[in-house]
Amino acid sequence: MSGTYLGMPSFPEAAREAVHDPTLRGNLRHATHTIRDKRARAVAELDDWARLREAGKRIKDHTLRYLDRYLVRVEEAVTAAGGTVHWAADAEEANRIVADLVKATGESEVVKVKSMATQETGLNEALEAEGIRAYETDLAELIVQLGGDRPSHILVPAIHRNRGEIRDIFRSEMGEWGRPAPEGLTDTPAELAEAARLHLREKFLRARVGISGANFMVAETGTLVVVESEGNGRMCLTLPETLISVVGIEKIVPTWRDLEVFLQTLPRSSTAERMNPYTSMWTGTTDGDGPRTFHLVLLDNGRTDTLADEVGRQALRCIRCSACLNVCPVYERAGGHAYGSVYPGPIGAILSPQLRGTGSEIDASLPYASSLCGACYEVCPVAIDIPEVLVHLREKVADQGGKGHRLEGVAMRTATWLLDHPAALNAGERLASRTRKLHPKRLPGPGAREWTNSRDLPAMPPEPFRDWWKKNHA
Amino acid sequence: MTSPSSSRDRVLGRVRRALAEAPEAPEVTRDYLVTHTPDDPATVLDLLHENLVDYRAGVHRGTRQGLPSLIGRLLADHGARSVVVPPGLPGAWLAGSDARRRYDDPPLTPAELDSADAVVTGCALAVAETGTVVLDAGPGQGRRALTLVPDLHICVVDVLGQVVASLPQALPRLDPTRPTTWISGPSATSDIELDRVEGVHGPRTLEVVLVAD
Ligand code: SF4
Repeated sequence: MSGTYLGMPSFPEAAREAVHDPTLRGNLRHATHTIRDKRARAVAELDDWARLREAGKRIKDHTLRYLDRYLVRVEEAVTAAGGTVHWAADAEEANRIVADLVKATGESEVVKVKSMATQETGLNEALEAEGIRAYETDLAELIVQLGGDRPSHILVPAIHRNRGEIRDIFRSEMGEWGRPAPEGLTDTPAELAEAARLHLREKFLRARVGISGANFMVAETGTLVVVESEGNGRMCLTLPETLISVVGIEKIVPTWRDLEVFLQTLPRSSTAERMNPYTSMWTGTTDGDGPRTFHLVLLDNGRTDTLADEVGRQALRCIRCSACLNVCPVYERAGGHAYGSVYPGPIGAILSPQLRGTGSEIDASLPYASSLCGACYEVCPVAIDIPEVLVHLREKVADQGGKGHRLEGVAMRTATWLLDHPAALNAGERLASRTRKLHPKRLPGPGAREWTNSRDLPAMPPEPFRDWWKKNHA
Repeated sequence: MTSPSSSRDRVLGRVRRALAEAPEAPEVTRDYLVTHTPDDPATVLDLLHENLVDYRAGVHRGTRQGLPSLIGRLLADHGARSVVVPPGLPGAWLAGSDARRRYDDPPLTPAELDSADAVVTGCALAVAETGTVVLDAGPGQGRRALTLVPDLHICVVDVLGQVVASLPQALPRLDPTRPTTWISGPSATSDIELDRVEGVHGPRTLEVVLVAD
C-alpha cells in the first residue's frame, strides 16, 4: 500500500493525538452521529432490508469463490466493448501502468474522481514523481489535497475539518493550484462549494485525461459503475478523451441484475439517501459520447492474500459504504488518521492488516483497535462479521513468533488505550449487550459445507473484550 | 499493452491458489421484494413526485399539449437565454421559448456547453422509490456531457411509458451497452460539516416535467 503511511505510529500513539484535539473530536462526533441516525431512517424504509443484505452478502461470496472466472469475463467484456485491460499485481505496478498511459497521451495533468484504490496505491505521489499533476475533484478530497492532509473518513474524507478551517485552506491554497478563492470568501457551506465549483471548472473543461476507480464492475457486460454526489465524477468520466479506471479485483458483481441489490443498499448505508444524486455506468467506449480511449487497471495489491484466508476473506465483500465507521465508538474517539491507512474504522482494522500483512507496528496493532462491540457487523450491508475477523487476526498476531514480542507490546498498548478510554469501551459493551440477541446463531442457508462455514460460529464475539483481555494478557 | 501478460498470469494464479481449498459458494438468494409500492400507477406517480421533491428537484405536471408553454415558462423563470438541444428532441417542446438554440451538431465543445444556460431532454426511465430519472443517451437526450455542463437541466418524463416503481423493475428495462446516468436531484455535497449544499459540479437546478396525455 501507499508509502504515505510508512512510519506511521501504531494505533494508540496516533489515537492519543486525536483524543487531545477538541476540534477533531467535536467534528467527528457530530458527523458520525448525524449520519448514523439518518442511515437508520433510510434503512427502516425498506422492510426487506435483511433479505437485501443477505442477497448482497451471497452475491459477493459467490463472486469471490469464482473470482478467477469472473475476472476473465470482465476482461473479455471490457475488451469487446473497446476498452483495454491491464493487470497490476501490486501498487507499484498499478502506478507504473497509469503513469505510462498518461505519458503516452502527452499530457502532464489529470483530473481524478475520489478513488480509494488509487489512494491505496499512492498514485498521486507516484505521478508527481513523474512530473504529472493529479487534481482531486471531490470537494472533500480537494480540501484534503489543498490542506496537504490525509483523508480521515471513507465517505467524508475531510470530516476532521470544520468550515472555518476549510475557508482558511481555500483562501491560502487555491491560488497555488489554479483559480484563487473569490474575494471575501466566508465560511458558509454554499459559498465554499461555489468556490470549489469555480476553481475546478476550468480544470474539467481543459482536462484530457481522467482517472477514476469504480464501485462495481459487471462481469457479464463489462459495465463499470461509479456512485457519487457532486457531479465531479461525471465530469471526470465524460469530458476527457482518455479515461483510466483503477479497480480492485474484488469489485466485480457477476450480472447486471445484481446491481438491483447494491444500488438499494449502498446509498442508504453510506449517505443515508434513497439514491445518491448521480450514478454513472459505462461499458467500454461509445462513439461520440465520452472518452475515446478507456483503460481498466485490475488491482491485486494484497487482495489475493486476503482471499486466501478463509475467515478474513469476507472483508473483500466490503462495498465501502462507511456505515461501520459511523457507529464505531473507537473510531469516534480515535479519528480516522489513527488507523494509519486509507481504510479507517472497523473495516480498516480488518482490511489493512490483511492487505499489508501484520509485520509493522501499525498493522499489528489494528486488530486490537476495537472493543468488539459488534455494532459494525449489525450495520454492514454485506454482513461482514468484523468482530470475528478481528479475533482471528489477533490470534495471527499473537502467533507471530520471532518479532511477535515487539508486536505483542504494540497490541498491549492498543488494548491499554482502550481501557484508558472507558467511554469507547462502555459504549461498545452497552451496544453489544443490546444487540447480541438480534444476532442469529446460524445464518440461514444450506449445509455446513457452505463456503462461509466458519460463520456458523456465533456472530458476536465469543467473549467481551475485558474478559478476553484478562484471560490473555493480565 | 503496458502490463506484461505475466502479471495477468500472476494475479490469476494467486486467485486460484487462494481458492484451491474453498468449498462451493452458497446459492444466491433473491427473496427480497420486487417493489415496495402498491401496483397502482397513480400511487407510483405520486411517490415519484414526492421523492423528486424531497431531493430538491422542481416537479411539474402537465399534458403533452401544454408542454411547450410549460418548458418556455421554466426557461424564462430561470433567466435562460440559451438552451442546448439534444439530437432527436421533439421540435415542439421548445416552441414556447425564444431562448437561443445550441445544437450539438457539430459537437459543442466543453467551453461552448459551459456558456449555455440550460439543456432540455427526455429520459429513458424514472424510478419512483428512489426519485430518480435515468438517461441513456437515446433520442432527445444526447451524449452525457450535454446534461452535465449547463447549470439548468429540464427533464421530461412520459408518465405512461417511462415510470417504474423500483430498482428491480428498472434494471431489466435498461441496455447495459449504453452509457447511463442516474440522476436523483441536483448535484449536492455534504462534505462541509455534513450540511447538504445543492450544486457543486453538475446542474444546480433540476426541473422534472411529468407529462401525461
Ligand atoms: S465493512 Fe460493511 S459497513 Fe464497513 S464500509 Fe464495508 S460494507 Fe460498509
